[in-house]
Amino acid sequence: MSVKTLTIDGKMVTGAAGESIFNAAWNAGIHIPRLCHIGGLSDVGACRLCLVEIEGQPKLAASCLTPVEEGMVVRTNTPRLQAHRKLIVELLLAERNHICSVCVQNGNCELQDLAEGLGIDHVRLRYQFPRLGVDTSHERFGIDHNRCVLCTRCVRVCDEVEGAHTWDVKGRGRNSMVITDLDEPWGQSETCTSCGKCVQVCPTGALFEKGKTVAESRKDRRFLKYIVTARKEHQWIR
Amino acid sequence: MTIEELYETQSAELDRRKRLENRIYCCTAAGCISCGAESVKKAIADQIRSSGREGKLEVCGSGCLGLCSRGPLVYSERDNELYGEVAPEDAPALISSNPVDREQLRFKRADLEAPFFAKQHRIVLANSGRVDPENVTDYIAAGGYQALAKALTEMTPAEVIAEIRTSGLRGRGGAGYPTGLKWELVARQPTDTKYVVCNADEGDPGAFMDRSVLEGDPHRVLEGMAIAAYAVGAQQGFIYVRGEYGLAIQRLQSAIRQAEREHLLGNRILETGFQFRIDLRIGAGAFVCGEETALIASIEGKRGQPRQRPPYPPESGLWGKPTLINNVETFANVARIIERGGEWFASIGTEHSKGTKVFALAGRIQNTGLIEVEMGTPLREIIFDIGGGVPRGGKFKAVQTGGPSGGCIPEELLDTPVDYESLAAVGSIMGSGGMIVMDETSDMVDVARFFMEFCMDESCGKCIPCRAGTVQMHDILARLTRGEGTPADIDMLEQLSSLLKEASLCGLGQSAPNPVLTTLKYFRHEYEAKLKEPAGAGAGDSAAAAGGEER
Repeated sequence: MSVKTLTIDGKMVTGAAGESIFNAAWNAGIHIPRLCHIGGLSDVGACRLCLVEIEGQPKLAASCLTPVEEGMVVRTNTPRLQAHRKLIVELLLAERNHICSVCVQNGNCELQDLAEGLGIDHVRLRYQFPRLGVDTSHERFGIDHNRCVLCTRCVRVCDEVEGAHTWDVKGRGRNSMVITDLDEPWGQSETCTSCGKCVQVCPTGALFEKGKTVAESRKDRRFLKYIVTARKEHQWIR
Repeated sequence: MTIEELYETQSAELDRRKRLENRIYCCTAAGCISCGAESVKKAIADQIRSSGREGKLEVCGSGCLGLCSRGPLVYSERDNELYGEVAPEDAPALISSNPVDREQLRFKRADLEAPFFAKQHRIVLANSGRVDPENVTDYIAAGGYQALAKALTEMTPAEVIAEIRTSGLRGRGGAGYPTGLKWELVARQPTDTKYVVCNADEGDPGAFMDRSVLEGDPHRVLEGMAIAAYAVGAQQGFIYVRGEYGLAIQRLQSAIRQAEREHLLGNRILETGFQFRIDLRIGAGAFVCGEETALIASIEGKRGQPRQRPPYPPESGLWGKPTLINNVETFANVARIIERGGEWFASIGTEHSKGTKVFALAGRIQNTGLIEVEMGTPLREIIFDIGGGVPRGGKFKAVQTGGPSGGCIPEELLDTPVDYESLAAVGSIMGSGGMIVMDETSDMVDVARFFMEFCMDESCGKCIPCRAGTVQMHDILARLTRGEGTPADIDMLEQLSSLLKEASLCGLGQSAPNPVLTTLKYFRHEYEAKLKEPAGAGAGDSAAAAGGEER
């Protein structure tokens, strides 16, 4: 496999041919903000947080979906990108209900971390607060749609890793919602294997394990790497 | 049908028509049907039958006759007259061989020398209103499928592509990508399986160009697709047509059936070795499915959501295979280019925008309808000469081109010629060809709000800037129209516009701010007049206002 050399934020970085800018940057210690991307699943380029500037290209590029190229000059943290990222996270915070103080994920939430990292101390937009439901019909897990950011990690992990494809998205635009089976209560799903992968990959407190109260939930995101690479690494016990 | 038979069919049909005294065309496009064209056509047919002149007179349906505001329209071939607002009671006078009887209809006659007709240049719409869309023989009589025959027998695929490149034809869906170049990209792909897709998911509010072409001259699109398939090496085509276009779907289905029966499509096209099948796919009412990657996902049976490009469809499209996607109007230009040559086409239009463009005139304009003009025609000529200006002495205010992705152009820029670059320079886009005229009663903030509401409802929900950004922008615009906005709101509107433009995943989100940006640019005073606080308050005041909100 050939290797490509490129410059990211002034630093010389190498990446394998076909590897994404995001991965190459990550391996070099440059952490580009992201929400829909999670290592081990396919990328969809939906959150637009990992957008980067590439010299010579007028348009911004989603780094998770753009392969590295020889001689590329990439900037990941310009004032323009910072302004966009900030507004994107504000849009998310205003879209549904993200009141941290009453959330199981408080203190361990990717959305919270993003907001903190981008220096968001208040939201300049009008809160929408749609009244969405909470489905707790599953015996071990629950979903609070009010905290969902529609990153579709649950949809992808269920389809690509577990192979069940219990989750999908219904509706469009602001009426989009993740659903189980054909929009049936999760507890009645015939395809769900109750593996809990969706809960572990969920960046916020939307998918949660029952029996946890405010700020008690911890998510194990490294399991995905283990599942995806264990065979190759001969790592039979975690 | 062999190529010889194609020409024989044409001359036999033309001979038959020579023996007719008159052929009467009733417009049976959606607009005229909605105001009673079917009953007019039936009345004429009944009248012909009861007068016993069936061998001499003939009535047939036709595609759009153009002057939609005066439907139902009837065209009489013998005396080259177009009648508007025709009622079933007019049938006896229409078929009468006595000129005195026909004089009764003089008030219904449309002046074919009027600028509305005289200033048009018809290539795409050449057959519209002159052939019966439900009869393949009519299309053959008008020289149809001869371009396909020429391409198959006299030209190599590379020569076909070269001809299209010479013509300078650019995509008529709105973005204006050079068609020849796109064909070449697909042709170069080494795989065996390739697809040709026709994008007929026309969704802009106020646009009905593709609809009229499909309803009025479906075979022209099929022929264009077949030529494209020959050029790029595809054997399967799809037409993705929106579900709301019932009549277009029905006419396409019957056109495909007839063309297959006559071996103009299918396994042995014109008894040569070339095969090409076309299937219809009906959209379920999502505007975003007009975006090519979402359209592909929808044909594949998946959720109609766009994906990141590259890879572009010519490289990896339908089921991962190289796919050529063109718009209805683009395909409708192809047969004529092959027939008359790329040089001829390139002689029409401007330096970078060749040929003609079909526009649907709507809104506050005298002559609502479908027109085709040479590229480079100034907007003023389209609106005031061809369109007849604003009715009842109203005052023109702005014209909206390109639908929800386009912009509002004010009076002082009306001398802008319609071509891809000039429209982009004033902040709008060519778009697919919708043109909505507004007079002084239109509230431009509300116009921007309307288009934003459309984008908000049609956003697929995949990427955050478009899904949540359109909601917030609509929220602010609604607040402004109610007179509850602040200067900070306008500032936020501009920030959100820049985010959507630069960060959205597909064209829908990237172009959604255009109506806002152009109205802010040309009609900012209307926004400011609506502010809660007096406009022109110093920067310190608005900062204080913003600070006040925080608390």
